[in-house]
Amino acid sequence: MQVAVTGLLCTAVNGAASINIEADTIRELLRKLVERYPKFEPLLDAGVAVVINGEIFRDNWSEPIPAGAEVVLMPRIQGG
Amino acid sequence: MTHNPSFTNQTFKVIGTRVPRPDGLDKVTGRARYGADASAPGQLVGMILRSPHAHAEIKNIDTSKADKIPGVKAIITSADLPDKVNGRRDMLDTLENCMARGRVLYDGHAIAAVAAIDADTAKKALKAIKVDYKILPHVTDVDEAMKDGAPIVQQWVRTAGGDANKATNVSQVSQFGHGNIEEGFAEADVIIERSYKTEQTHQGYIEPHACLASVGPDGNGELWVTTQGHYTFRTQCAQLLGMDIAKLKVTSSEIGGGFGGKTHVWMEPVALALSRKANRPVKLVMTREEVFRATGPTCSTSMDVKIGAKKDGRITAALAVLRYQDGAFPGIWGMLGGMTAWACYDLPNVKAIAYDVLVNRPKVAAYRAPSAPMAAFAVESTMDLVAQAINMDPVDFRLLNAAKEGTRASYGPTYGPIGIRATLEAVKNHPQMKAKLGPNQGRGMACGFWFNFGGQTCSTVNICTDGTVNVSVGTVDVGGSRASLSLIAAEELGVPYETVKCTVSDTTALGHNDTTEGSRGTFSSGMAIIFAARNAVAELRARAAKTWDIPVEEVEWKDGVAYPMGDQHHNLKPLSLKDIAAKSPRTGGPIAGHNETVADGAGVSFASHICDVEVDPETGATRILRYAVVQDAGKAIHPDYVEGQFQGAAAQGIGWALNEEYVYGKDGRLQNAGFLDYRIPVCSDLPFIDTTILEIPNPGHPYGIRGVGETSIVPPLAAIGNAVSNAVGVRMNHVPMSPPRILKAIKAQRAAG
Repeated sequence: MQVAVTGLLCTAVNGAASINIEADTIRELLRKLVERYPKFEPLLDAGVAVVINGEIFRDNWSEPIPAGAEVVLMPRIQGG
Repeated sequence: MTHNPSFTNQTFKVIGTRVPRPDGLDKVTGRARYGADASAPGQLVGMILRSPHAHAEIKNIDTSKADKIPGVKAIITSADLPDKVNGRRDMLDTLENCMARGRVLYDGHAIAAVAAIDADTAKKALKAIKVDYKILPHVTDVDEAMKDGAPIVQQWVRTAGGDANKATNVSQVSQFGHGNIEEGFAEADVIIERSYKTEQTHQGYIEPHACLASVGPDGNGELWVTTQGHYTFRTQCAQLLGMDIAKLKVTSSEIGGGFGGKTHVWMEPVALALSRKANRPVKLVMTREEVFRATGPTCSTSMDVKIGAKKDGRITAALAVLRYQDGAFPGIWGMLGGMTAWACYDLPNVKAIAYDVLVNRPKVAAYRAPSAPMAAFAVESTMDLVAQAINMDPVDFRLLNAAKEGTRASYGPTYGPIGIRATLEAVKNHPQMKAKLGPNQGRGMACGFWFNFGGQTCSTVNICTDGTVNVSVGTVDVGGSRASLSLIAAEELGVPYETVKCTVSDTTALGHNDTTEGSRGTFSSGMAIIFAARNAVAELRARAAKTWDIPVEEVEWKDGVAYPMGDQHHNLKPLSLKDIAAKSPRTGGPIAGHNETVADGAGVSFASHICDVEVDPETGATRILRYAVVQDAGKAIHPDYVEGQFQGAAAQGIGWALNEEYVYGKDGRLQNAGFLDYRIPVCSDLPFIDTTILEIPNPGHPYGIRGVGETSIVPPLAAIGNAVSNAVGVRMNHVPMSPPRILKAIKAQRAAG
């Protein structure tokens, strides 16, 4: 599946705006991402959010990724 | 988790009612206990020595004279706060911000701290500490800090993803967007490009930071503190001091405002370290001057915005270049500006480039929808200019370009159901838009966006034997969540609101709860309570089944009463929650429901505001005549509080837009660290702020809730900017639009003819 990459996260995937990774859950997606792009690991430690079909997941790495879903990697955000 | 959107169509019994607030009596009678209201036997007074310099090397700290003053029980410097953060850069920054380590990075940076038997003795001790500084060049302006040759604030900082060998003040550059903006601008009939600035502001919470810390020689500690997140404070303090998390009990006091400024630790680790050294409790209360100089205001900014549009009003391309200063430590605040800048619109070609920049000012903290108001000021001001250039109504122009379900957001994902168009329609039909304006009066409107989020959350629902209910939550009540959460528990259990008592528990009572930030309090604890209450109902049904000696599957729960199902049980009398609770000691003991969750699924939120102003052309003073807020709440659990959040956010935005400003001298020192010289709005500055609550349910929450606390601080800067510009006939591009700044703009226009 195509995973869109936004913001500073692009720097860890050689500047790509999207990458192709097959994964059934957020955990699997992030694990494969770090395997393929080791530079992603510190960014993952700093915080990443995964958006599945428009819904933002910051912490629930067990969330399934349905077939055909729109998946976007975003920096983790803070609020007031 | 994704919830069935059909939940959002359910009818409610108590949700949406305007019940009395549970904390009201305590707050108006003075019984409520805030951060400075705790005391302990033998407590000492803690005070902090702060740098008078913006940037300096600390060559020596001599505490020998202070040590000898009778009544001084402990003095600490960074030597008493060794690095125990295991290489975590963000925590090392936090540690260095709490206490300078060999260098001071801003005016107000902590250098040493004292615990003494009274305030006079502590002050004497601070004066007796001698610090030998080597003054270094400083920079406080974001544009200056980005120039080649600017003083470097942190020698270790490199631009993320950039040159690894070059020390810089630019900690990161983020880009968001899609399409091809060059092609988009080439298609445009009209292109407007402008530059904007906003000055640094503080959240301005009335209650200063305050805590009472006590650490014993056995390694156990307690902290009573005003905070938005006592679990986060516990984790951070334990890590910074090398304590076991479980051995530090943190209790959150009532909070007199936070707005993001109390999401970070500032002097709490210092108070704990003083207590540990003195082996006595230490109370540390910041002065207002300390709050301004040494806590976390929001960024000052410098921004360029360019919009291209066809004559029919369709935007073809949009570009924002945003430069945000993060204070003396790296932050993500520019990035957040970049993510939010264009989020209201459906744009084929869009880009935001955001710079995070270090300067010699206090470490920036979150401030209500952090970073979004400044970007919105630049974008929404330019939106008005484009509308004027193509002779189109500003609301219609925004409606034509507004995002909708299925729009690809400028920050990446595709939107689900959202409310921006509904807020604009409500603005278009609002009576204020048709009211006549007089001389020197102007009207403006603007839109705003904020994400909202959920996070780790725990809750317990305990059924007492008299049928009343205790709800324990771990999210600090910063804006009325105890009322909202009590309503949610009452709705789920089918009991009266008045029988529910909601308490913010200390850190030993529940599992970790993330800080109350990102408009998450009612969203996430509400979700946890719904599931906790449903677990309690399952137990209530089981107890009824035991009482009747029938299978639990044959017990139905409806409106707070257990009913036996089926004709064979027609002789069994229904049992209310109160009946079951009374017999609970003999049916299995206490009845409770618990839930621990990661409350993901927060829905984004939009608001549109209208503002009418009158500007005195002789003085440049602006009076807000009328103000209206329209915001999507998803589902308003307690409408009074939702309206209060809308009004409070607008009031803060009005102050930010018109008056509030950090003023630094050439020496890099803050010149207006007090409410006399830093003017927040008072009641006489504000009209009644009209509110309209829209309810476009969030499918990510069982009740459709969206966070409501932050979004409405996003539009005011731009709405007021547009109103003032329309009133005086000259575009205002610098916030705050204080009287001198407006007068200067008017005079400049007159001079230009």
